[in-house]
Amino acid sequence: MTAVSLTVNGKPVSADVENRTLLVYFLREHLRLTGTHIGCDTSQCGSCVVHVNGRAVKSCSMFTVQAQGADVMTIEGLAKDGKLHPVQEAFRENHGLQCGFCTPGMIMTAVDMIRRKPILDRKTIREELEGNICRCTGYHNIVSAIEDAAKKMGAA
Amino acid sequence: MITYQFEYHRPKTLAEAEKLFTPEAKFLAGGQTLIPTMKMRLANPTALIDISGLKELSFIRAGSDTVVIGAGTTHFDVANSTDVRRAIPALAFTAEEIGDPAVRYMGTLGGSLANNDPAADYPAAALGLGATIKTTRRSIAADDFFTGMFSTALHDGEIITEVLFPIAERAGYAKFPNPASRYAMAGVFVAKTKHGVRVAVTGAAPCVFRVPQMEAALTKNFSPDAIANITVPADDMNSDIHGSAEYRAHLVTVMAKRAVAAA
Repeated sequence: MTAVSLTVNGKPVSADVENRTLLVYFLREHLRLTGTHIGCDTSQCGSCVVHVNGRAVKSCSMFTVQAQGADVMTIEGLAKDGKLHPVQEAFRENHGLQCGFCTPGMIMTAVDMIRRKPILDRKTIREELEGNICRCTGYHNIVSAIEDAAKKMGAA
Repeated sequence: MITYQFEYHRPKTLAEAEKLFTPEAKFLAGGQTLIPTMKMRLANPTALIDISGLKELSFIRAGSDTVVIGAGTTHFDVANSTDVRRAIPALAFTAEEIGDPAVRYMGTLGGSLANNDPAADYPAAALGLGATIKTTRRSIAADDFFTGMFSTALHDGEIITEVLFPIAERAGYAKFPNPASRYAMAGVFVAKTKHGVRVAVTGAAPCVFRVPQMEAALTKNFSPDAIANITVPADDMNSDIHGSAEYRAHLVTVMAKRAVAAA
């Protein structure tokens, strides 16, 4: 067991974890933040994407001990004061989901994407979503939601 | 999705990292290949020596003849470096082609080269540009570095510290990604350098390799047409459910032409 301390959604967290505890299991099973999903065994699907020090990464592909001292944000940390984040709102308005399983990863990826590339066209959005798989194949509205969110956030 | 148990070390210096090494341990850089492999229980290191936090390994220095990149530099940082984009745009493009955005934030140059996946992108760039790979012990020319499938000239416990990429007059990279995994079915890096033209192929065979016939043809005439009729022997190519050896051999010529056109 190793002692780790990190910040999750703005709150300090300390715990003793097995070295082999993947960050996604720490979030889901130790902290009960089950918004972050596990959709595959092969690190391909992206439904576990969270922000670590501001960068959207796969929480199934890093160990919790690697996040010592890090600032982690999950899907639960996006809404502020009961108000959805503009990307969450855009997914709702554009019906950017079907079963919704991939949605947390899609949204965390989209927030990072818009931060890096405030002006987005549909082709770029699709390229940037390379690491996020929607098994319903509902990409059309996901792309529309991200396009819409980027426009609204740019105008704000 | 649970790995075997392992010890975890986070050394503060390279020297400390080397001291911690045992033959059953693994160095952890970005972990984007190692951790998925451990999750499948295809790798079982007794200890992980996490070198991802070593600041001394993360830098980009562009000079007049070379771009020197620290082994711990992420694909994201290489792809978005204004220095790399100006000096060797094809190298920045290669980094941008690796994996997906989440992988590029974590994965590192040194990790990719040390792993030498037969379908990885960076080995093509390193061999194509004639890079020099510096380690904690010595300098290794790219021509001597890649020795076979997932194998390199690195000794046990030796750590890549930086890679010197000569600035090419012209360079280009083109790959045909597997539609599912996005790894290269065939990827070709072409460079026109002071020391001649170099053509390096990844993804098509068990290990990255050069194509001397194409290099000779491009030395005379650096254009896609010059290599249109040059093919690599299918006997040496990979053959699997994604494509036959003949198909991959054909792809190599197509990708080489595209890489020249992009250069």
